[in-house]
Amino acid sequence: MSEDIGEGGVASEISELAAEAGEERGSPSPSNHVGQALRRKEDPRLIMGLARYVDDITLKGTVWAALVRSPEAHAKVVSIDASAARERLGIYAVFTGDDMADLGGPLPMAWVPPDVEVKNPEHWPLARGTVNHVGDPVAVVLGEDRYAVVDAAEDVVVEYEPLEVVTDPEKALEGPPFVHEELGTNKVHEWSLPGGDVEAGFAEADAIVERRVVNHRIAGAPIEPRGVLADYRAGELTLWSATQVPHFVRLFLSILLGISEEKVRVIAPEVGGGFGQKLQVYGEEVLAAWCSRKLERPVKWIETRTENMAVAHQGRDQIATVRMGAKRDGKITAFHVKILADFGAYNMLLTPLIPSLGAFVMSGCYAIPNVRTDIVGVFTNKAPTDAIRGAGRPEATHMIEVTLDQLAAELGMDPLEIRRRNFIPKDSFPAEVATGVVYDSGDYEKTLDKLLEHVDMDAFRSEQEALRSEGIYRGIGFSTYTEICGLAPSRITGPGGVGVQAGGWESALVRVHNTGAVTAYTGSSGHGQGHETAFAQIVADRLGVDPEIVEVVHGDTNAGPEGRNTYGSRSLAVGGEALARCANQVADKAKAIVAHNLEAAVEDIELADGKFSVKGSPYKGMTLAEVAGAAYLHMVPEGMDPGLEETTFHDPHNFVFPFGAHACVVDVDPDTGKTNVIRYVAVDDCGNAINPLIIEGQVHGGIVHAIGQALYERVSYDEDGQLVTGTFVDYALPTAAELPSFETDRTVTPSPVNSLGAKGVGEAGTIAASAAVTNAVIDALRPLGINYINMPLTPMRVWEEIQSAKGGVAA
Amino acid sequence: MSKPIPVRLRVNGVEHELEVEPRRLLVHALRDDLGLTGTHVGCDTSNCGACTVHLDGGAVKSCTVLAVQAEGAEITTIEGMASSDGELHPLQEAFWNDHGLQCGYCTPGMIMAAAGLLAENSNPTEDEVRHALEGNLCRCTGYHNIVKAVLDAAKVKGPSIEQQEVPA
Repeated sequence: MSEDIGEGGVASEISELAAEAGEERGSPSPSNHVGQALRRKEDPRLIMGLARYVDDITLKGTVWAALVRSPEAHAKVVSIDASAARERLGIYAVFTGDDMADLGGPLPMAWVPPDVEVKNPEHWPLARGTVNHVGDPVAVVLGEDRYAVVDAAEDVVVEYEPLEVVTDPEKALEGPPFVHEELGTNKVHEWSLPGGDVEAGFAEADAIVERRVVNHRIAGAPIEPRGVLADYRAGELTLWSATQVPHFVRLFLSILLGISEEKVRVIAPEVGGGFGQKLQVYGEEVLAAWCSRKLERPVKWIETRTENMAVAHQGRDQIATVRMGAKRDGKITAFHVKILADFGAYNMLLTPLIPSLGAFVMSGCYAIPNVRTDIVGVFTNKAPTDAIRGAGRPEATHMIEVTLDQLAAELGMDPLEIRRRNFIPKDSFPAEVATGVVYDSGDYEKTLDKLLEHVDMDAFRSEQEALRSEGIYRGIGFSTYTEICGLAPSRITGPGGVGVQAGGWESALVRVHNTGAVTAYTGSSGHGQGHETAFAQIVADRLGVDPEIVEVVHGDTNAGPEGRNTYGSRSLAVGGEALARCANQVADKAKAIVAHNLEAAVEDIELADGKFSVKGSPYKGMTLAEVAGAAYLHMVPEGMDPGLEETTFHDPHNFVFPFGAHACVVDVDPDTGKTNVIRYVAVDDCGNAINPLIIEGQVHGGIVHAIGQALYERVSYDEDGQLVTGTFVDYALPTAAELPSFETDRTVTPSPVNSLGAKGVGEAGTIAASAAVTNAVIDALRPLGINYINMPLTPMRVWEEIQSAKGGVAA
Repeated sequence: MSKPIPVRLRVNGVEHELEVEPRRLLVHALRDDLGLTGTHVGCDTSNCGACTVHLDGGAVKSCTVLAVQAEGAEITTIEGMASSDGELHPLQEAFWNDHGLQCGYCTPGMIMAAAGLLAENSNPTEDEVRHALEGNLCRCTGYHNIVKAVLDAAKVKGPSIEQQEVPA
């Protein structure tokens, strides 16, 4: 207890007792937790094996589900005979698409761009009539045991009549064959974002480079596969899902199952990574809920990795033709990108929108007067694509940064010099680029300068030359990127803007309990990012308490207001800002209560050193615990309602645009084609830091996602649409053994878009890194006559390029 | 389905007798039969290592061991790593301090694999740590802070690691 409100003070004895109950909780706390590298609050349960992921939750009477999936890439389902499966011991039921005729509609696609036709075939939780990619589900088997349902699923006999398969997006565009015969085309849509006049820009150019940039298909590959536990009882549905977006899942479960929304509760418990793959409304979620209602039993479906590789949505898979033109002095005059985006067999929640996200930052961090992106989407008999970490922006950055190096070589310029000549100057922010997008803040020279404090280019070049004489091919590559995140401003993303059928706002609820402990609810839904720590830091500082007593609750649609979840590096810039504003409102009410109780003017109350005190009389004040006591005992000003909690919805006026400069150093073995990353330096600017420890972690993971794509990972299908990379044996995720430790640094250019001055950082590393790696490999191989190469830079591909550059024939 | 047979396991110092199908994987016996859900499953090909536990003192992937093969064995899972009074194992402490985890799903397996390494090599180099963790996949951290955590834990004096390696 602080002494100043004791004797003759205004706080009641009960208030004192409440504060004493939370002795530590009520004690003053320095209000500078934001910016500190606090270790995470969520970690103890995770490191002790006490966290609860979906498969760790058990309900009495749970029935297991296993799916019968198509081994064919494209076929008519002629018949399904489940009689043998049904007769097995412990099997409750087998259902097919025909049994689900009562479903309220097909799975959702939430992008309706104004004035653009998007072909959107029906997509059902269980196939109706045809299967369109390997893994498409045709039946579900329900039984009492995890192993028994898998046995029974093997007894379901499905007769398929194979149809012609198309897996190559360029051939698909010319179709037939058509993935969806009824559409009469494989083309999904055409969408453009023009800025200036690219043809006029090319007419002015002294040099033009044109490249075919293939950004191959990758998997999200969270280490926890997807999983659902659905419990429908007495008219109410509770569904636990390994999802990033519980609020979206609730909405669509309500619509598709015809259950009033307030009777649907979706919980994202501990979620073992998402990377965009769990930004989805999946058929299995709808199916588990439907089955639970049908059987009146809880139903659990836990995905195997093999299923995850075949059916969870994948990412990238774009073929682009890019043209960049510049004057002799390196000033870029035009950049024109034509993207063919392979969407696989269906539109998922946001599939056709993904390449457009790249178009918004196709200027990169450069002042390019004329920029245009033209996108064509196409269906193929492969798993659908949708958002995977970065979602459209890694592809865009790769195109910009690799092409810029190509242009520099064409002009005989240093790759860093051409970047400097085109950087948007730091004094021109907020900066409107050619497409009309307004970048919030930036200082690109500063991050590059800082990068070069870590990387001595003169020393590198002499070392590189010396090593070449020993047969070691070392290269350095750069990527100076910016990206667009904090997905958000509804006026731009929503129905009145580009047409996403959802608001981009976020919600917060801050509740101060009787003892001064705080619960902070956020509508964003973390799955490893550290919400519970970073958000607690934000709230704690605004209320003068320790983050230890601020419990952050997320991922439960029954806890807290309606929310818009986590994706697109939005949690901090949108959700964190909502919480900050909400906590400020609570603090404002607290100040009014303190003023009332201390008989001071509210303008004279300030929060300092963990106390709401009277300016100039720091001994006179109340802790949050004491304020809470007063608030709940109705010791509040006349006309003020009791209680100490507020709810806030926040819709920012713009996106945020993190940026940075990355350098990658590789050694390429010319005999085997194998590339080793031997050094990676990243200088990122995500505005003000809330928790630098978390930022570093996000950057590390992001970089490796892109190194993985550049060097190792590739989802591969053969011509018959058979998935060649169906397990972690065939799909090469990077391991610790392939990677170096990273060198990271930051500059700080606050965002003016939110009061935190913060920008997202979850995707930045992934958006930046593939170009740095690719440019490094090209830099290493130039002496061998290789000036351009597409990812993945596997030993085989690099070796083949080396052989063909030698004039030999690659085996 | 074959007839269940009895199997005795000593897990985190506690004796258990179970009836399991011969094909039942150790990881399912631990998770579903004994409720020790800290051990995770991330793949079906023994690549990801999320299911790593210690069997008679050595790290194994419990998705690759049948429960019946573990008959009579001493098993330690992540739940058995902290001491009975709640003191964290030096590796747990180091993972926490160094931000060696994000979503936490691979973490138990990483910690068990790292403990296996430190039991054999109490003073590993960075390269040795990286190679020892080759069989454990993480998608969140880029491994940087995991490797740092293992190196930091190794700096903690050996005895406390050894002491907690095999529960009494």
